[in-house]
Amino acid sequence: MTPSPETLLDLHRRMLRIRLFEEEAGRLSEAGRIPGALHLYVGEEAVAAGVAAHLGQGDQVTSTHRGHGHLVAVGGDFRRMFAELFGRATGYCRGKGGSMHIADMDLGMLGANGIVGGGPPIAVGAAFSNKYRKTQNVTACFFGDGASNEGSFHEAANMAGLYRLPLIFVCENNGFGEFTRQDRHQAIRDIADRAAGYGFPGVVVDGMDVIAVYEAAGEAIARARRGEGPTLLECKTYRFYDHVGVRGMGVVYRSDDEVRAWRERDPITLLERRLAELGILDAPGAAAVRDQVHAEVREAVAFAEASPFPDPATLTEDVYAS
Amino acid sequence: MTTATAQRQLPVVMAINEAIRQLMQEDPNVFLAGEDVALYGSVFGFSRGLLDEFGPERVVDTPISEAALVGLGVGAAATGLRPIIDIMFMDFMGVAMDQLVNQAAKMRYMFGGKARLPLTIHTMAGAGLNLAAQHSQSLEAWFCHVPGLKVVMASGPYEAKGLLIAAVHDDSPVIVVNNKALLGLAGHVPEEMYEIPLGQAAVVRPGTNFTIIATGRMVQESLAAAEKLLEHGIDAEVIDPRSLVPLDTATLVESVRKTHRALVVHEAVRFAGFGAEIAAQLQEAAFDYLDAPIGRVGAPFSPVPFSPALEAHYVPNADRIAGEVLRLLGRSG
Repeated sequence: MTPSPETLLDLHRRMLRIRLFEEEAGRLSEAGRIPGALHLYVGEEAVAAGVAAHLGQGDQVTSTHRGHGHLVAVGGDFRRMFAELFGRATGYCRGKGGSMHIADMDLGMLGANGIVGGGPPIAVGAAFSNKYRKTQNVTACFFGDGASNEGSFHEAANMAGLYRLPLIFVCENNGFGEFTRQDRHQAIRDIADRAAGYGFPGVVVDGMDVIAVYEAAGEAIARARRGEGPTLLECKTYRFYDHVGVRGMGVVYRSDDEVRAWRERDPITLLERRLAELGILDAPGAAAVRDQVHAEVREAVAFAEASPFPDPATLTEDVYAS
Repeated sequence: MTTATAQRQLPVVMAINEAIRQLMQEDPNVFLAGEDVALYGSVFGFSRGLLDEFGPERVVDTPISEAALVGLGVGAAATGLRPIIDIMFMDFMGVAMDQLVNQAAKMRYMFGGKARLPLTIHTMAGAGLNLAAQHSQSLEAWFCHVPGLKVVMASGPYEAKGLLIAAVHDDSPVIVVNNKALLGLAGHVPEEMYEIPLGQAAVVRPGTNFTIIATGRMVQESLAAAEKLLEHGIDAEVIDPRSLVPLDTATLVESVRKTHRALVVHEAVRFAGFGAEIAAQLQEAAFDYLDAPIGRVGAPFSPVPFSPALEAHYVPNADRIAGEVLRLLGRSG
């Protein structure tokens, strides 16, 4: 399942859209212009892009604290995303969800989640629904190394394996559960090993290499669509910024050298190098895409900032379906 | 049905069974999932025969995994199905609290009204069967405190069927609480599908000079108490809110304005129980009509004990309810 040139360009664009959205969100947060906590996805773009490139109409995604990347990857609208981060009425959640709960039901994005391990049981439900309705749709369940210690993950994995649900568990192993390094919260190194306990394959992939993620996700999703059940895809990746907020370097739980070393394997740089080698996209070409996305970001921020705050009368709306 | 003799009697357990069968016949998107609900027909027997009729795709045995089970309902509801998720004992809700409170209850609000969550959680509460502290609780107050969840409690077979049907037809998450000590209680249940509208209380026994507001199994005990009170010349009105969220405060207030006195009865622990909410609302809305403080009867502040000798003192009964009414009236039993 080697990606075509068109697919490579699509992956590149998806990653750049995530990166530039996130960096702008980070700047706005640092400047105090958007309220609340921000959990940035920068560094992990290859995972969302490589998986989402296989998803389409009717498929679902369950997400994590770091949900912007997943929403952008499945086609999220920058204007409504920024508006939500700003807490405006025009936002995806009308200002009620914010960064940690951003969602687009129409795109099958069932929400970023403020609860670590909250997503896997819901992914089981969505996958059950796809199977029940006899669609060929799949659900991609993104979760982190930290979430893989939650009981909810294990319950969901067992159920998904038992019912052979059309589901892929995508572990974004960025090496840290919040601020605690993986070897201090797990006795194992490869979370993919856990799949064996539930009767389905576990695959480890380089999460900084979007082509590797794309190929492995493609196989897992094809398998799910064929009715052969779930796969656990563990993507080894790294978050360039902090667990929450931007800082990124010089903090007690990891060294600047470590961050620098991972940044040398920036997934976007790696793909751009490959694209240049293949003669698909040169440096000016990449810069042009960047400019395009930048313009999209700027326009969306302007839209968001110009949008009204929600009317206080909406405060108690949508607690229940009317 | 024109005469009482023509009325079909059904125990609660069969009323639940019939409600689920009719709901599944009506709508292919309705399915039932839970621990032991399919092949075994549920440990309480309410799902017997459903597997044969609807097959394993729609009547689903699950692992003992309450978090994933409720999540199964959340994800399925969010993508267009109408799940009935059975949590065998209400006590086990604790294991699934995140999915209930942080996911199911909040999804619609957090997503700005975009999600529709027609999810029904069916469960059994209540003491009286010597099942002790982890299989006997009445935890409805936990869920009433969470915006986004609806909570209903059945007091008999008519209510069990009508509330379950209304819950499954509702587009919000609804927790349907049945009481395991009532499963064999028979009463009239219409054969056709019918809904008990959520948020509509029932005056179960009209009366003139005292209001007893009781939930779940305590409705039966309060009716028995009302009979005892007649001997003292007290004609008590018994009201079953049926739905705690949304709560039909108007019917309760109307009764208190008429009788000027009220007692709230529930099986759950009295302290911080749902009765406190009802009492507070009544004094806010009908203070000027009250001739005495509003009384509350509930379980003592302890886990449910095992020994029959202790449990009998734990669960409120007709004698205690009648005694409390007499006390509030300044009369000795």
